[in-house]
Amino acid sequence: MYPDKTKMESLVEATNIAEVKGRSLWSDARTRFMRNKAAVAGLVILTAILLFAVFGSLFQAWTHEAIDWKLMGRVSQIGGPSIENGHYFGADELGRDLYARVVQGTGISIMVGVVGSLVAVVVGTLYGATAGFFGGRLDNIMMRTVDILMSIPFMFVLILMLVIWGRSITMLFVGIGLISWLDMARIVRGQTLSIKNKEFVEAAIAVGVSPFTIILRHIVPNLLGIVVVYATLLIPGLIMAESFISFLGLGVQEPMTSLGALIQGGSKQMLYGAWWQITFPLFFFLATLFAFTFVGDGLRDALDPKDR
Amino acid sequence: MFTYIARRLTVAVPTILILITISFVLMWSAPGSPFMGEKLPPPEVMANLEAKYGLDQPYWKQYVDYLSNVIFHFDFGPSFKFKDRTVNDIIAQGFPVTLTYGFWSFIVAVTFGVGLGVTAAIKHNTWLDYLAVGFAIGSQSIPNYVMAPILVLVFTLWLGWLPGGGWEGGTWDHIIMPVIALSTSYFASIARITRSSMLEVLNSGFIRTAKAKGLPMSRVIIKHALKPALLPVLSYLGPAFVGMVTGSVIIDQYFSTGGIGQFFVNSAFNRDYSTMMGITILVGTLTIIFNLLVDVLYAWIDPKIRY
Repeated sequence: MYPDKTKMESLVEATNIAEVKGRSLWSDARTRFMRNKAAVAGLVILTAILLFAVFGSLFQAWTHEAIDWKLMGRVSQIGGPSIENGHYFGADELGRDLYARVVQGTGISIMVGVVGSLVAVVVGTLYGATAGFFGGRLDNIMMRTVDILMSIPFMFVLILMLVIWGRSITMLFVGIGLISWLDMARIVRGQTLSIKNKEFVEAAIAVGVSPFTIILRHIVPNLLGIVVVYATLLIPGLIMAESFISFLGLGVQEPMTSLGALIQGGSKQMLYGAWWQITFPLFFFLATLFAFTFVGDGLRDALDPKDR
Repeated sequence: MFTYIARRLTVAVPTILILITISFVLMWSAPGSPFMGEKLPPPEVMANLEAKYGLDQPYWKQYVDYLSNVIFHFDFGPSFKFKDRTVNDIIAQGFPVTLTYGFWSFIVAVTFGVGLGVTAAIKHNTWLDYLAVGFAIGSQSIPNYVMAPILVLVFTLWLGWLPGGGWEGGTWDHIIMPVIALSTSYFASIARITRSSMLEVLNSGFIRTAKAKGLPMSRVIIKHALKPALLPVLSYLGPAFVGMVTGSVIIDQYFSTGGIGQFFVNSAFNRDYSTMMGITILVGTLTIIFNLLVDVLYAWIDPKIRY
C-alpha cells in the first residue's frame, strides 16, 4: 500500500514552508481579545473618549473658566446646546461653557482613575510579591496590615484628610492611591504563592540569584497578565470614588472640574429644566465606566487561562 | 468556634484602635485652630476655648483622654462648632434616621436580589433570565448619586407622586426614594451572585437526587438548593453593608434626610473635626463588627469551613 501521491506532495510542500511563526502568550491573548465584540467596542469607545479628553479643547469656542455674560440669569431658558453661540453642550448655571468643562472633567476623572491604578500596580505588585515570596512571619505581618487597612472606612477617612490638609487634586491622588493597592496586593500575593514553587524559581534560587532579583525578573513578569486585568477593572471603581467625593463638593476645586462635580451641578439645575447640564456629563461618565469595564472583562477572558 | 471568634477579635480590636489613632493624628496635624473663623479670636478667648476643650494639654494626654472617653464611656466629646452640643447629641439625632432607611435598603436589596436571582436561575436561558440579567447589569453600574437625581426627576417632577426630599419623622413617602437610590446597585449585585451560585447548585448531584425521588420543584428549591446557593450572597453582605453606609452620605446630602451623612458633610465644610472623627470612628467600628458577624455566621452555616 502506497500513500496517495497528492498527499505526499502536499506534505513535501508543507515541510518546505519557512518556519511557522511562533505564537506568544501575548499575541494569543490579542487574537482572543479581538474576537470579543464587547471588548473591542469598549476599546473603540474608550479611544474616542480619550481623544475627546485630550484634543476636545482644540474645538472649544470658550475656555472652561470664561463666563458668557449674555446668558447670565437666563441659562435655563436660552443656555441650551447650540452651534451658533459656540456652546455645543449648552452652558452651566453660571454661564460657563459646558463643552469645555466636560472635556476638562473627563480628562481629570480618567486621570484620577489611571494614576490611582498605576499606584496600585507598582505598590500592590511589589508588596504582594514580596509577602508571597518570603512567606512565613513577614507574610503574616504584611497581610494582617492589609486586612486592617481594608476594614477602615476609607471614604470617611479620605474626606477627613481632604478637609484637614486642604482640598486639592494632589490630595485626592494621594488619598485614592493610599487605598487602591490593597486588593492588588492580595491578588498578587495569591498568584505569587503558586508561582514561587515552579521549577524556574527553584532553579534561580539554586544558582544563587538574590531574592529581590527573583521577584523582579522571574515572578513579576509572570504576574503581568492578572495585574493588567485587575488594573483595568480598578479604574472605573476609582473614577466612581472620585465622583463620589466631587459630588459632595469635596473633590477638585473650581475652576477645575470633574465628571462627578459636573453631575452634581447638573442634578441641581435639572429641577429648573436645564436637562443638558446633567445629560452630557452623565453620558460621558457612564460611557467611560462601561468602556473600562468591557475592556477589563475582555482582557480577563483573553489573559486568564482558567476559563478556556 | 470560640477560638475562631477569638482570633477574629484579635484583629478587630487593634483595627478599631488604629482607626481611632489615625483620626486623632489627622486632627492633630490640622493646620490652624478649629476656632478660627473670619478672624482669630483674641488670645485670652483662645486660651479659654483651648482650656475648655482640653487642647492646651500635651498631645499624648489629649490622646489618652480621648481614647479612654471613647472606649469606656462611648463619649466622643464636644462638637467644635456647635457650642451647646456634643458629638453624641449629633449622632443620637442623625443615626436613627440613617439606620431606618439603611435597614429598609438592606431588606429590599437582599429580598429582591435573592428573589430575582433565584427566578433567573430557575428560568435559565428564557426571556425572563435575559431580562433579569440585563436589568441587573444595567442597574449595577449606576451609582447612587446618579440614581437619586433620576428618581427625583421621574417621581417628583414628572409624576409628582413623592416629595423630593426631607424626612418628616420618617413617613413612608419620604423613605421610598432614599431606599431605592441606596439599594439599587446592591440589589443588582446580589441578584447576579444568587443567579450564578443557584445555577451551579442546580447542576449538582444532590439536586438531581432530590428531583429523582419525586419531590416537587418548589420543595427542591426551598429545602435543598436555597441554603448552599445563598452562601456566596452571605459573604457579599459585608461589602454591601460598607457600601450602603458610605452611600448614605450621598443619600443624606441629596434628599436632606438629616442622617449622620448630612452631619458628616456639614461638619466637613465647617471644619468641625471632633464630629467628623466621632462619625468616622462610629462607622468604622460598626463596619468591623458587622463583618465579624457575617464571617462568624458564614463559618457557622457552611459545613465545609473548619477552624
